[in-house]
Amino acid sequence: MEREHLKLVIVGHVDHGKSTLIGRLFYDTDSLPREKLEEVRQICEALGRELEFAFVMDHLEEERSQGITIDTAQTFFKTAKRDYVIIDAPGHREFTKNMITGASQAEAAILIVDVSEGVQEQTRRHAYILSMLGLKQVIVVLNKMDLVGYSEEVFEKVRGHTLDFLKRIGINPTYVIPISAREGDNVASRSERMPWYTGPTILEALDTFKKTERRDGGPLRFAVQDVYNIEGKRIIVGRVEAGTLRRGDEIVILPTGERTRVKSIEEFMREGVEEAPPGKSTGITLEDKLFVDRGQILCRLEEETPKMVSEVKGSIFWMSSEPLQVGESVIFKCSTQEAPCRVEAIERRIDSSTLEVIEESSSRLENREVGEVTLSFASPVIVEDFNVTPELGRFVIEKEGNISGGGIITRLEG
Amino acid sequence: MDHLDELESRSIYIIREAYRQFKDIAALWSIGKDSTTLVWLIRKAFYGKVPFPVVHIDTSYKFKEIYAFREKWAKEWNLKLIVGRNEEAIKAGMGPERGKLQCCTALKTDALKMTIDKYGFKALLLGIRRDEHGIRAKERYFSPRNREFQWNYKDQPPELWDQYKTKQEGEEHIRVHPLLHWTELDIWNYIKREGIPVVELYFAKGGRRYRSIGCEPCCSPIPSDADTIDKIVEELKTTKISERSGRAQDKERAYMMQKLRALGYM
Repeated sequence: MEREHLKLVIVGHVDHGKSTLIGRLFYDTDSLPREKLEEVRQICEALGRELEFAFVMDHLEEERSQGITIDTAQTFFKTAKRDYVIIDAPGHREFTKNMITGASQAEAAILIVDVSEGVQEQTRRHAYILSMLGLKQVIVVLNKMDLVGYSEEVFEKVRGHTLDFLKRIGINPTYVIPISAREGDNVASRSERMPWYTGPTILEALDTFKKTERRDGGPLRFAVQDVYNIEGKRIIVGRVEAGTLRRGDEIVILPTGERTRVKSIEEFMREGVEEAPPGKSTGITLEDKLFVDRGQILCRLEEETPKMVSEVKGSIFWMSSEPLQVGESVIFKCSTQEAPCRVEAIERRIDSSTLEVIEESSSRLENREVGEVTLSFASPVIVEDFNVTPELGRFVIEKEGNISGGGIITRLEG
Repeated sequence: MDHLDELESRSIYIIREAYRQFKDIAALWSIGKDSTTLVWLIRKAFYGKVPFPVVHIDTSYKFKEIYAFREKWAKEWNLKLIVGRNEEAIKAGMGPERGKLQCCTALKTDALKMTIDKYGFKALLLGIRRDEHGIRAKERYFSPRNREFQWNYKDQPPELWDQYKTKQEGEEHIRVHPLLHWTELDIWNYIKREGIPVVELYFAKGGRRYRSIGCEPCCSPIPSDADTIDKIVEELKTTKISERSGRAQDKERAYMMQKLRALGYM
C-alpha cells in the first residue's frame, strides 16, 4: 500500500533547538545517510565541537559557523506509520519571511520552547503566524529539560505560561511534551529521566495527526491558469481548487456569469476522462465558444458560488522592508487572479511579537507587523471565506514585483 | 489522488505558471532520470507539444549512452533540442584533472551562461529536488539568479500558497524547479508507473550501477544488483548511502556544492 506523507514545520525562537531536534529525529528514525552523518562529524571535529545534530539541517556555510538557520529547509524522515516532510524554519527575526514560506506549506507544526527561557519574541511571532495560517495541528515541546534537571515543577510552570499565551491567539495545542533534543528524551523513545511524564513521545504525537485534504465534495472551484490551442482544440488549463469536476457538468464562468457545459476533460495520452479530483491540474474543453482567460473561476451551476466583491478586509502579515502605505496601489494575488488594488485603510497595526496594538487607523504597515487592512478593486475579485475554501480566502500582496505580504480575508464586502 | 498524482499535479501547475509568465523559457535536460521526468511532465502539461526548447549542456565528457539516449528521445518527442557547449574551453583541453571546480565552472556553468546569452532565456526549468543535497533543500520553486549568475540564498523571495516570484528584472533570470518536492524514490516509482524511458546506466551490470549520472570521469557506479526498476525501488527503500555519493564534485570539499551553486551551477 502506498505510504502517506505529512508536511511538518518546526518553529520557535532562535537557539531554542529546532535544528537540533530535527537532527535528532533523523538520527533516531535512522533516516540519515551514513556519509552525511560522517560529514557532520568531520565538520564538528574541524570546528572543535561535539557532534551537533543541528548541522544536518543547517547546511549553508554561514549557518554552520554561526549556528543559526538562515533559510527554510526541507527534508524527509519516516516512522512506521508514514513519511514526514520536515520543514525547518529559521528562528531569527530577520528571516521571518523564510519562516512564513516554510510554515505556509505545512499540515502540522511543532512549536519548540527552551524550558529554561520560556516564551520569547520569536516564539510569540511564530505562534501568531501559525494561527494566522490556520494551522490547527500543533504540538508544543519544551526543550532542554536536561538543563533544568528534568524537573516536573519547571515543566509545569513553563507549560502554564505557554498555554496561557497560546490561548490568547486561538491556538490549542494537541500535546505539550517535555524533551531534550540533544539527549534524545521523549523524541523517539520515552525518557527514563522523566517518569512523571505519561504522555506521548514526539513521534507518537505526530502519528496521531491527519493529512489536510482539499474538499472533494461540495461546490466546484476550477481556477483557470491559461488557455492552449493544441491542434485546433482550445483547452482551458487550470486546477480544481475544491470539489470534483465532472465531464458534462453545467458550469458558470466567473466573473462574466456566462454558462456552458464541460465537453471533455483533457489529459495527455488519455481518452474519455470522466472526472478530475480536487488538487488536480488538468484541462477542459467547453460546449460553447466563450471568452475564457486566466484568473476566472469556473463553478457548477445550481451550486453556491463565491462572492464577487470590490472591497475586502483582511489580516496581512507584512514581510518587506518597504512599508505598505495607505493610498498606494499594489497587486492582489489570489489563486490565479491578479488584480490591482488600492490600500484604503489600515485599521490596526499589531506587533507580531508582543501582539500589542501599535496604532489604530494607521497610514503604514512596517516589516514583520500584522495589519487589519481594507483593499478596494476597480473590477471585482472572486473570493470566499477562508474557512470554507482556503484557496480563495487567502492572498498575497505584490509590491514592485515582489511578494511583500500574505493575508487571510476576514470580511467580504459587496 | 494518490501521492504520485499529487506530486505530478503540483509540478504541472508550476510548469504552466512558468510558461504563462515567461515565453523566453527553456528546460535543462541533463538526460538523467530527474530531468527526463521533468521533460515527461512538460509533455503532459502541454499535451505533447513542448512549446519551448530543451537545453543539454554538453561538457564533451558525457557517457556515450547519454548521447544516444538524447538523440533518440529528442526525435521521438519532437523536442526543440539545443546543445550548449563551451567549445573554446573544450578545445583548450579543459578537464577534471585541471581541478574539478574549474572544470565544472568552465564546462557547465560557463557553457550555460553562453547558452542563456545566445538565446536570451529569461527563465529555466530545472529538475532539481530538495532531498538530493542539503543545499538544494533551501531552494525555492522560483528562484532568481542575478546578473553575475549568483544565487542570493541569504535573501530569497517568500513563496506561499502557490504564489511565486515571477517578475524578472534586467539581466537576471529565474530558475524554476517543478520537481523540488519529489524524492529519489518518488522519481523511480513515477518512472515505473508512467513507463518513462531512462538511460540504461542506472541499471546494474556486473554488480554495479550508476545512481546519479554526470560526466564520465567524475562519476562512479555504486555496488548494486538492481537491474530492474523494481529492484532499484527496493534498494532505495533500505539504502543508507546517499544518492550523490558517486559524484566527485560533492565530496571534494564540504562546501563545494554551495560554492558551485552560488556560482550558478545547476
